[in-house]
This record gives sequence, C-alpha cells and structure tokens, in this order.
Amino acid sequence: MTELATYNFAYLDEQTKRMIRRAILKAIAIPGYQVPFASREMPMPYGWGTGGVQVTAAVIGPDDTLKVIDQGADDTTNAVSIRAFFQKTANVRVTTKTTEATIIQTRHRIPEAALQAGQTLVYQVPIPEPLRFLEPRETETRKMHALEEYGLMHVKLYEDIARHGHIATTYAYPVKVEGRYVMDPSPTPKFDNPKMHNSPALQLFGAGREKRIYAIPPYTEVVSLDFEDHPFEIQTFSQPCALCGAKGSYLDEVILDDKGGSMFVCSDTDFCEDRQAEGQLSANPAEAAE
Amino acid sequence: MRATTQVFEGGFRDTVRNSQEIFRALMDAMANPGRVMPVRDLVNAPAPLAPVAASIAATLFDHDATVWSDKAIAGSEAAIGWLKFHTGLELTTNPSDAQFALISDAETMPSFEAFAKGTSEYPDRSTTLILQIDGFDGAGELRLEGPGIKDIQTFAPSQLPKMFIDQWAANRGAFPRGIDLIFAGKGALAALPRTTRISKREA
Ligand SMILES: [Zn+2]
Repeated sequence: MTELATYNFAYLDEQTKRMIRRAILKAIAIPGYQVPFASREMPMPYGWGTGGVQVTAAVIGPDDTLKVIDQGADDTTNAVSIRAFFQKTANVRVTTKTTEATIIQTRHRIPEAALQAGQTLVYQVPIPEPLRFLEPRETETRKMHALEEYGLMHVKLYEDIARHGHIATTYAYPVKVEGRYVMDPSPTPKFDNPKMHNSPALQLFGAGREKRIYAIPPYTEVVSLDFEDHPFEIQTFSQPCALCGAKGSYLDEVILDDKGGSMFVCSDTDFCEDRQAEGQLSANPAEAAE
Repeated sequence: MRATTQVFEGGFRDTVRNSQEIFRALMDAMANPGRVMPVRDLVNAPAPLAPVAASIAATLFDHDATVWSDKAIAGSEAAIGWLKFHTGLELTTNPSDAQFALISDAETMPSFEAFAKGTSEYPDRSTTLILQIDGFDGAGELRLEGPGIKDIQTFAPSQLPKMFIDQWAANRGAFPRGIDLIFAGKGALAALPRTTRISKREA
C-alpha cells in the first residue's frame, strides 16, 4: 500500500480523527450532552449524513463489518453511497445483516433485531438540539441544558395535546438520558425510542452541519418525555407486514398502483427478508406473529 | 546522546492502524466502565512512560491537546522529548488548564480538585486523567454501577489515588461536571467515566 493510501484510511486525516475521537470519549462520559467538534467538509452534501460519516470514519478499523441503513433499508441511494464510500476508503467488510455488523450507521431507524453488546450504532443527525425549535439562540439552549430547564419542552408537548388530544410528535421525539440531559434521538420514529433504553449497544450521534457529537453508553436509561395523564406510546399498526407477516415491526406504506392501492411492509428490509427466508410468509400471518 | 535517539524512536509503526486499535480499546473502556481491555504494546517510550500510557498519548495528543504531567514524567527530558516529538502536544504546568493529565504515580498525584471539571454549560472542557498503574489485580476490589454497566462490574486497579472513594464521590456529585479516568496497566487499559458510582466491596 502506498503512503498516501494508508494516510487516507477512512478518508479523514489523522488530526481530524484525533479531534473526533476526543469528542467521542467525552460524549460517552456525559451521556446525552452535545459535545462541540470541528466538523470537516466531506465529499458529500450535508443532507447525506456527514456527521455520522465522520463519527464512523473516526471509529472504524480493518476488523469491522459495516452496515448502513436509510429509513430501514440497506438499498437506498444514500445507504449504498455511504457503504461504498467506506468500502473504498477503508476497505472494510460490509453487510446488510444486522447480526453480522460491528458498526451500523443509520438514518431514521433502529433495526428491529435486538442489538448486541459490542455493536455500535452511529446515527446521522440533522438537528441535534431538541430545544432549537423553541429557542433559536445557542447561548440560551446551553443555559437551559446547564440549569436543566426543560419546561419549554413539556410546554411544546402539552400544546400537542391541547391541539390534537394526544402528543402528535411522531419523529425526533425527545428523550431524557440517565435522568439528566434532554436529547434529540434524531429523526427516528418514536416507535424506536424504547430500543434506545438499556441497549447493550453503544449509540453515537454525529451532526455534521451543526458540529455536535453525543452518545448513549450501553445499559443507560433513556426515557421518552410524557405526562402522567398522557403517557408515551409508540405507533401501532392495524395489520401485519404484507411480505413477512410480522406484527410489531415498523411498517412503511408502499404504493402499488396509480389507483391508490397500497400495502404496508416492514421498513427494516433485512428483518423482513430474514423472516421471508425463514418461511414466515404473509399467507399465515397469525402463525408468523411473534 | 542516548536520550536524543530515544526521543525519536519507538513511535507507532503504523500510525493509522495502531492509533485506531488503541482508540477502539479506549472507546470500549469508556463505554464499559471498569472492563479491562487488553492492548498490544505498540510503542516503546523512555521511562517513566510505559508502553500503554505512551500509546494512549500517541493516540489522543496533538498540538490541540493541553497536557499536564506529574513530576516524574515532567522531570524526564527523554520522556518529555518523546511526547513532543511523537505527538506535538502542548504542555502546561497548571493542572486546571489541562485537557489531559499524564500521571506515573497515582499515589502522589494532586487531588481531583486540582484539575479542570468543565463548566455547567461546557462540562466537556474537563481534564481526562491517564493514570499509569501496574495492572488490574489489586487487593481492594471496587464495585461499579452506572451507565455502561449491566448490573455490577468489579474493578481492582493495583494503584489508586489517595482517598479515592471520597474523591470519586465528590466528582460524581459534581455531574455533569467532573474528571474522567483512564487506567493504563501492563498490556491493558480501563476507564472510569464521571458517571460511574463506586463503592468498596462489602466483606
Ligand atoms: Zn416484513
């Protein structure tokens, strides 16, 4: 291997990796707290998850196996591009199997299969500050986190209830980490929030444009904000997955024709394909249900 | 003359891979407090720097990292020369200005109060202490609980700072401000982030 190729392992230069690595250690030590870092320009637009890509690049090594998902799918343009980027720059093994991956980079979903100890989930985060829509000034949101002044967050959720009769927030639903920091779980559906709680996996969050890294260590308390009379609930689906018959997985609506026909299928393509391969076909959804 | 060549030798053979290997052990250690992570000896630094502490330095330090070291290290021209040559670190004599502290003797180190705990708005602006110890088979066993630990983790470093349990309780009490500890033993490392609750094992 040439000197240049070695230097460019996982694209980032070593000084940038060191800076990101220092931020990651701090983020793990202060769960849910957003550590500022000097985000670098990456050879892809910001919307493509440059924060997650930088975190993965700082962590990944030759022994890793990488999985990349976008919504729940391994085969979208975004997921394919990021996977190809790391195959090319780091020459790592890649997989679509959740169980085989040591690092899973994700946009918008947590896999359905339970994550294992030793796995690292890297989230691509567009807006890391859960209070940003309520308070645009960084100096103010810093203060609010410092003083644990999270009343505004509850006001926002309460307004939901006043307007809709229930908490209408379904994505980026705020959580409190280890009883201290209110954190934005990134635009995952709230369906996935309970998977963050006490996960055996390490969860790292990278926001490129906003230059923040935060983390949830394994076995850490993650609680979705709610009210006593309006407890947090996840989305439920009235029918099982049309392809694998799974009940209790997160479903996407797929349009079948221009006459409004549609079906609901698992958003996690690996999970769905596994179940289909095991013969858990939709023909007998009752039997297929867990 | 001998000190001079020592300064230039003994760095990572493959900076990219070696530093990734050490960082990954550090990340796993910080995410799993008290778990002893075996690491290879990847550098050879002048005394009193041992290989694991020196490889952690080579992984995390550069000109953006302000480092305080204890007397034994600061007093060794060869050790300081090695750190400067291989990392480009910024040295400070004031522990409260340090992002990292490199400590070769845990028992004579300053109290945790001497180091930076960060501010309530920026608790990350704190000192990470790297304690060089003999190993992880010490006599006194500590019980650890908190984030990163499923139930209880036991931890038995061979050396600890004075009044450790009390000092650590005060550190834990200052959360989210506080210091974090990295232990560099022979062929292994471990960490205690500020979130860990520690008690002595009951007899
Ligand atoms: Zn399915």
